[in-house]
Amino acid sequence: MIDKIVESAAAALADVRDGATVMIGGFGTAGLPDELIAALLDQGARELVVVNNNAGNGDTGLAALLAAGRVRKIICSFPRQVDSWHFDKLYREGRIELELVPQGNLAERIRAAGAGIGAFFTPTGYGTILAEGKETREIDGRMQVLEHAIHADVALIKAERGDRWGNLTYRMTARNFGPIMAMAARCTVATVHEIVELGALDPEAVVTQGLFVQRVVKIPRTATRGAGFKAA
Amino acid sequence: MAARVAQDIADGSVVNLGIGLPTLIANHLPAGREVILHSENGIIGMGPAPAPGHEDFDLTNAGKQPVTLLPGGSFFHHADSFAMMRGGHLDICVLGAFQVSARGDLANWHTGAEGAIPAVGGAMDLAIGAKRTFVMMEHLTKAGESKLVERCTYPLTGLACVSRVYTDLAVIDVGPQGATVVDLVEGLAFEQLQAVTAIPLARG
Repeated sequence: MIDKIVESAAAALADVRDGATVMIGGFGTAGLPDELIAALLDQGARELVVVNNNAGNGDTGLAALLAAGRVRKIICSFPRQVDSWHFDKLYREGRIELELVPQGNLAERIRAAGAGIGAFFTPTGYGTILAEGKETREIDGRMQVLEHAIHADVALIKAERGDRWGNLTYRMTARNFGPIMAMAARCTVATVHEIVELGALDPEAVVTQGLFVQRVVKIPRTATRGAGFKAA
Repeated sequence: MAARVAQDIADGSVVNLGIGLPTLIANHLPAGREVILHSENGIIGMGPAPAPGHEDFDLTNAGKQPVTLLPGGSFFHHADSFAMMRGGHLDICVLGAFQVSARGDLANWHTGAEGAIPAVGGAMDLAIGAKRTFVMMEHLTKAGESKLVERCTYPLTGLACVSRVYTDLAVIDVGPQGATVVDLVEGLAFEQLQAVTAIPLARG
């Protein structure tokens, strides 16, 4: 029998190794898997390469992981935010490597990894400092830049409902990077607020198919930071 | 400025409004026009801010502020969202800018200042993706310098991507033929506009 339900976030992350590339879903705080990041902090893996759209907010979650000196490199599109002080300090002190990627290129590089594409040409970024040193080619009359897939050892994502096969649905804009990160990582750990029986998720509306997910952890439903969660 | 941009957004358009000034355009769309708003974090059919007390931070815009979803709207992941943009499926994108050149080069993501932490987000994807890219910006910097320039001195966001610029003084088309004035604010003479603009302007 297939059963991907894992009893705790700690159990789901027990085998994350030093030096691992870890994709973390979320756009700002929407879809950020806080419980999994907290478990990764407790778990102790070091020298991590983190892929996330941002570089942490405030003092908790990803920011706490950065502050603890556990991240060697971050691949993201928008590190600088009003409350990204931990990243800002590490960056200014030269203690973290930053690979800055246009947001759409970041998404497509993650998608490419999950889809078995090694690299692709894209017009985004052509002629800018973020394309310096990269191969370019004119395709259909337009200059384009070669961008490579980003693979990960582990993806940590936040979903809404899931079943024991690992099928997932999401909640509004908390979906963001979840489905593509699930495809791009060797081991995807998803949190859900509700575990349902097989067949209970509408097959027409399953967003992430179970084969992209290795572990599912149920966590209590809490408000996404910054505002109250409205009961249905 | 926002009202002037809104006039040029046709009924039925699919539009992405950038963070900052362009966000205001949504409040000025003339009655009777149905315009579909795209938000790059994964919304098509984005609605206005929720009533106080009804914010839900799982439903936010690209600026991470709470928004709503209109009937007919839907959610999708980031790769699909940027495919909508890069794939040319959006009619108009409106962005803020530090500088725009006469041929439509855009600089809007990074001042390049010493010690500044670079952050690009979706700026480069937005700049080159939509069928038409508009810029909405003050005509002059706080120091009184023209933001329309012969060549951008700030790091570029995209090359030859802007087609029209809306400022507090004028509406100006830019592109391979250079800059052409479409519209002036009331009471401003063409010569007065040219005097504060660092690139040659043609009369429209």
